[in-house]
Amino acid sequence: MTTTDTSAGSSARTPLIELRDVSKSYGNVNALQGVSLEVHAGEITCVLGDNGAGKSTLIKIVAGLHQHDAGSLTIEGEETRLGSPREALDRGIATVYQDLAVVPLMPVWRNFFLGSEPTKGRGPFKRLDVETMRTTTRAALLRMGIDLRDVDQPIGTLSGGERQCVAIARAVHFGAKVLVLDEPTAALGVKQSGVVLKYVAAARDAGLGVVLITHNPHHAHLVGDRFVLLKRGAMAGSHLKTEIALDELTRQMAGGSELEQLSHELARPSAKDTPTEV
Amino acid sequence: MSADALPATKDERLARRSLPRRLAGRPELGAIVGAVAVFVFFSVVADSFLQWSSFSTVLNASSTIGIMATPVALLMIGGEFDLSTGVMVTSSALISSMFSYQMTANVWVGIGVSLLATLAIGFFNGFLLVRTGLPSFIITLGTFLILQGCNLGFTKLISDTVSTKSIGDMEGFPEAQDVFASHLTIGDVDLQVTVLWWLGLVALATWILLRTRAGNWIFAVGGGKEAARAVGVPVERTKIGLYMGVAFAAWISGQHLLFNYDVIQSGEGVGNEFLYIIAAVIGGCLLTGGYGSAIGAAVGAFIFGMANKGIVYAQWSADWFKFFLGAMLLLATLLNWWVRKRAEAGA
Repeated sequence: MTTTDTSAGSSARTPLIELRDVSKSYGNVNALQGVSLEVHAGEITCVLGDNGAGKSTLIKIVAGLHQHDAGSLTIEGEETRLGSPREALDRGIATVYQDLAVVPLMPVWRNFFLGSEPTKGRGPFKRLDVETMRTTTRAALLRMGIDLRDVDQPIGTLSGGERQCVAIARAVHFGAKVLVLDEPTAALGVKQSGVVLKYVAAARDAGLGVVLITHNPHHAHLVGDRFVLLKRGAMAGSHLKTEIALDELTRQMAGGSELEQLSHELARPSAKDTPTEV
Repeated sequence: MSADALPATKDERLARRSLPRRLAGRPELGAIVGAVAVFVFFSVVADSFLQWSSFSTVLNASSTIGIMATPVALLMIGGEFDLSTGVMVTSSALISSMFSYQMTANVWVGIGVSLLATLAIGFFNGFLLVRTGLPSFIITLGTFLILQGCNLGFTKLISDTVSTKSIGDMEGFPEAQDVFASHLTIGDVDLQVTVLWWLGLVALATWILLRTRAGNWIFAVGGGKEAARAVGVPVERTKIGLYMGVAFAAWISGQHLLFNYDVIQSGEGVGNEFLYIIAAVIGGCLLTGGYGSAIGAAVGAFIFGMANKGIVYAQWSADWFKFFLGAMLLLATLLNWWVRKRAEAGA
């Protein structure tokens, strides 16, 4: 399936990120084969797939942790190859990982600026601008609608959803053009997931291009503009929101026939095996 | 006072966090409580413990451990161990002494060569760690044994004995002694210059940890290496830098040994690496990294000094010192663990 979205109106602009037939293998394992996707400003591109579908590999290529073997990665019209996470960040791609977005024991404000700390003074007196760090963290979080009681508390004491939100706010604050989110709702309850999706939408409205990796078609369909389905490292479909309904997305995601078979296996055994009242 | 008087940046809900609770969130608390307990204990059991002269003896004993415990604490916050520190101090002293003696050079030349060589050992530890990805426990255990072998082997090869030749009559020795092994008398208190080195290092380490980008990175590489790497923290440079910081302190300690005793026994230093780690752990450093403080480690070293000298003042057998140290380590770790649990639950 190499259908592209040339028909869509927004595609007239240059995509922020475009992957074309990207492949990646680790030794003799083909983790990713011929995957294409586009990320546009102010849009959310959802990457859906089951465990082992190649979602993590895809994320690592976009985040600069791994390099692709074949195909092309184009950032704002310029074909490139990302050598390191730092390089990806400098190109405006911020990645929020599922479990390693933050350092749990460090205060929120230290986490917020980690790797991009503002300093004042010069020479041996060059020091962290702690006051700016604290107030900016509070302000940036408030702008995203997160009201933290205390930016000095270790970030590990926040709930999973709050942590994701801090990481998203951080990416927005540092002027990311593309936000890559790795399963932001995977470990969260229904309510918390809703909160996180709200911030994802807020980031989109701030003009960022968002890549949302998930295995939950319900969450994806709520906010997504484009959907790329992965299966065993290959593309299993690429759709615009206008082209696909939630039911169909869920069916494709679950793998249609596999789901039918599963429902068959899970069906109640015949009447004589069911426990009777005593 | 009306609420309006509060600065605008303060959140009124912050008032809920009481002072004891905020103190409980500090890594030093356990060590300070422990230090007070040890102080009271020896004040009661040893009459002469409360004299100024005893105080200076305790400070001097604390300082030689404290100089090393400070960078070791930073390294542990950065998530790594160094088992080679004890013998590295001896290596540093041996290099300095033997280079000056064999080359008949001014002792400052030997001091300079020793600085470069010791920093190179630190760099080697760090470089091997980040390149191989092996646990620092194994790598520095290797360095520890290699250095111990070199200390004994080279000293016998060059001097034909297990100790170095005296360099006391060599050029530059008095000046070097002033810098590394002199005494200061303030009133009744006779202090070694190592106390100043120690306090200076603690101040520097605290400044680095809390007020510089490097400090932020040290906490980050210890508390979440992959997260740190992902946001662009130079993880490898930070770790190598931490090992070189340990080496720098080992150089200071080594020069102190050399210019205090003039002659260096090549087998010295074995086992001291644990004292440095113990001081750091009593001071609130987590074995898993990402948490701790330089001031805590200083208090840990002070507890060591009090226990070490307090047992002498109490006229007990020095054999009990290790027992005492072990019990302190367990108690302090338990206390730290309990304090942190409470702090986290309340935050």
